[in-house]
Amino acid sequence: HLPHSTHTLGTRSVSVDLNNDASLLIDIPDALCERDKVKFTVHTKTTLSAFQKPEFSVPRQHEDFIWLHDTLVETEDYAGLIIPPAPPKPDFESPREKMHKLGEGEATMTKEEYNKMKQELEAEYLAVFKKTVQVHEIFLQRLSSHAILSKDRNFQIFLEYDQDLSVRRKNAKEMFGGFFKNMVKTADEVIISGIKEVDDFFEQEKTFLLDYYSKIKDSTAKAEKMTRSHKNVADDYIHISATLNTLSADDSTFYLRLYKVEGRVASDQELKLTELLRYYMRDIQAAKDLLYRRARALADYEHSNKALDKARLKSKDVPQAEEHQQQCLQKFDKLSESGKRELTSFKGRRVVAFRKNLIEMAELEIKHAKNNVTLLQGCIDLLKSN
Amino acid sequence: MADTARDPPPEQTDFQELEDGEDLFPEPAAAPESGPASLPAEDVSTNSNGPKQDSLFDDDPEDLFAEATEEVSLDSPERDVLLSDGPSPAITPITPPTSVITPRIESLTVPVSLQIEEEEGGDSFDIHIAVSDPEKVGEFSGTFWHLRDKQDSSGTSLSVFKQGEFSVKRRFSDFLGLHSKLASKYLHVGYIVPPAPEKSIVGMTKVKVGKEDQSSNEFVEKRRSALERYLMRTVKHPVLLKDPDVLQFLESSELPRAVSTQALSSAGLLRMVNKAADAVNKMTIKMNESDAWFEEKQQQFENLDIQLRKLHASVESLVCHRKELSVNTALFAKSAAMLGNSEDHTALSRALSQLAEVEEKIDQLHQDQANADFYLFSELLGDYVRLITAVKGVFDHRMKTWQKWQDSQMLLQKKREAEAKLQFTNKPDKLQQAKDEIKELEGKVQQGERDFEQISKTIRKEVSRFEKERVKDFKSVIIKYLESLVQTQQQLIKYWEAFLPEAKAIS
Repeated sequence: HLPHSTHTLGTRSVSVDLNNDASLLIDIPDALCERDKVKFTVHTKTTLSAFQKPEFSVPRQHEDFIWLHDTLVETEDYAGLIIPPAPPKPDFESPREKMHKLGEGEATMTKEEYNKMKQELEAEYLAVFKKTVQVHEIFLQRLSSHAILSKDRNFQIFLEYDQDLSVRRKNAKEMFGGFFKNMVKTADEVIISGIKEVDDFFEQEKTFLLDYYSKIKDSTAKAEKMTRSHKNVADDYIHISATLNTLSADDSTFYLRLYKVEGRVASDQELKLTELLRYYMRDIQAAKDLLYRRARALADYEHSNKALDKARLKSKDVPQAEEHQQQCLQKFDKLSESGKRELTSFKGRRVVAFRKNLIEMAELEIKHAKNNVTLLQGCIDLLKSN
Repeated sequence: MADTARDPPPEQTDFQELEDGEDLFPEPAAAPESGPASLPAEDVSTNSNGPKQDSLFDDDPEDLFAEATEEVSLDSPERDVLLSDGPSPAITPITPPTSVITPRIESLTVPVSLQIEEEEGGDSFDIHIAVSDPEKVGEFSGTFWHLRDKQDSSGTSLSVFKQGEFSVKRRFSDFLGLHSKLASKYLHVGYIVPPAPEKSIVGMTKVKVGKEDQSSNEFVEKRRSALERYLMRTVKHPVLLKDPDVLQFLESSELPRAVSTQALSSAGLLRMVNKAADAVNKMTIKMNESDAWFEEKQQQFENLDIQLRKLHASVESLVCHRKELSVNTALFAKSAAMLGNSEDHTALSRALSQLAEVEEKIDQLHQDQANADFYLFSELLGDYVRLITAVKGVFDHRMKTWQKWQDSQMLLQKKREAEAKLQFTNKPDKLQQAKDEIKELEGKVQQGERDFEQISKTIRKEVSRFEKERVKDFKSVIIKYLESLVQTQQQLIKYWEAFLPEAKAIS
């Protein structure tokens, strides 16, 4: 009774300008849902010689994506890059809970009401399903369109390895132990704000990102609440329409269709606005992570300076100290340079995505409202003419 | 209140005339000055409001109460009814519930055209009743509802009302008193008397204390609207319309205070009706229903009751959820505004602020829609749930009437048997007594049968009228409701179309 597969989705406007480079095209054309475990079919088309075949597909689970993300985060060489945020775990909790409640309440409803509610729930399942496929797909496409990350060896393994990845995954976990990731999670805000910034660009970025992150987090939560309320209203219309149906034949029809429209508005809003906000919240977190790494590099550099001074004072181990200092400086400069590039392109990306989404959302709202008017007016005319 | 202890009042004999709609039916208990009170036109509210519907809400209260302070002249005619309460109070007007509710609900008056006797294609009246603007009077806990009637009869000899327009002030307990009088007179003979609005202690206390917040305003509006609907239903009833208590209620400048009803709210009344109904059921009346129509109808009403209650619950849930949606939209709007402020890309920042404004406006739309959901739809359903209870009560009264008739018959039978036995004894006195009793009982049996037939006939008529009214009522309300939805959607289109260029302007 769960929708099993889905083909190519509609517009993916959360992140635009992806998947344009013909040398490496990735998509998730198909996915299977088995008892809440989702199996994604990752399909690659490439002209690059690094790959064995020009076109191939592999099955992947959510955990494989997480593994890939974590290895990228742990890679020192990528410290100066914004690592695309990991896709969140597929969450069927909400529709599952509702399905459970529906089962319990079946006795109190008419057959028609029950079927309608069931239909709604199936649509909700489908929407969650589509969302999760979308967000996993975007993750891969961000990687494939990144000059440096697309060449990552683990990324290629992810795309190509035709066996179960779970064995490799376990080994990787033992190696890295998620150490770096945990460190980032704990003290990033403090570290970032504590650093004495010499570079105007980064000073501004820091201020902006910290503030923006808290605002967008709040907006995401509020948007989610709003959409949930909208769904509740849609559900009420289902009950109302079912009862009106039982009462009399004439005036029930409009409600039957109205609930569909209300419900659809709710899920369209959800896909556009809420997903946009949610995605960029995570993306900004990724940008903050970059700032954090740079801040640490700066701290390391400052320490190395102090160590060098100390060494010079004591006239002991000066060459090592000098070399260490040089390394730190290089690392810091590399991070700064790369970071600047990344953050600038990030802003551009964000603005474009917001624009696209806001336009599409407004257009959908208009379309649905116009549909509603036609629908309602038709019913009014019908009732008046009788 | 229609208990069997009270003998059917003399009106019973006038039933025929009543139905022909010609005579005013004699009211035994009414004070002589009841009936069309002499209310000179000059005493009438100072504005003559035209038939325009929305102005009714605005004009009068402003004029009468706008500057109401201690300076209000206690001599002015409208104040007469207030003076009866005792020491001169300062009149504290309650500002009519404004922006939250007013604009959306367009017509506060409902034009009604009555036909007293349909077959004769008789007289038709146009009655507009508006209940508006309660005002508080002093410590005597009187909130007076301002009742305005505008009637113009169209060329008929039967002038039930005075022509023109006038207003009176009534307390909530007056409404309850009216209802209890009507119920006691008509329920037990099969008329479906519209139930009075519920008394709600919590809401009213808040208003008395003078707490002027959203919820007390909403309560006032809820009650005002309920009282208006109640009156409209009552006057739409061709028989009730001509009842002298109704006339007195609509026209008299002064009403004797309905003290006895203070304890008896509509709910209390219904409880008594239901208790009577339960008592009937407990007697396990196995009525030999010779008339399938009644059996069918009772079942129908039973089903209707269940469905309406269910629908009412769903609509109440809708109102609740839509209010939640409004709150959450407002919260989101604020959050989006903050996000827009935080955004450093100028055009995007502006677009986000615009988005916040749109959502704020949409929040207001949701609020208005929730009000329409409630006042149009939910309240209507609540009214009908209570009406159906009254209908069921009427059916129960019929059963009781039947039972009474049967009881008389059985008693007569017994007496006849006893008399037969007495024939063989030498007790001429007792025999005569028995014969007298039998004579009396025969009369009672005949009356019982007549009563039963009468109530059955009345109920048939009432039910048919009720069904027609119900269909009309629902249809008109649903159309209004749909129109409110259309308006909301059209507003949405406007807002989003205004937003779209802003979104496109991001570069």
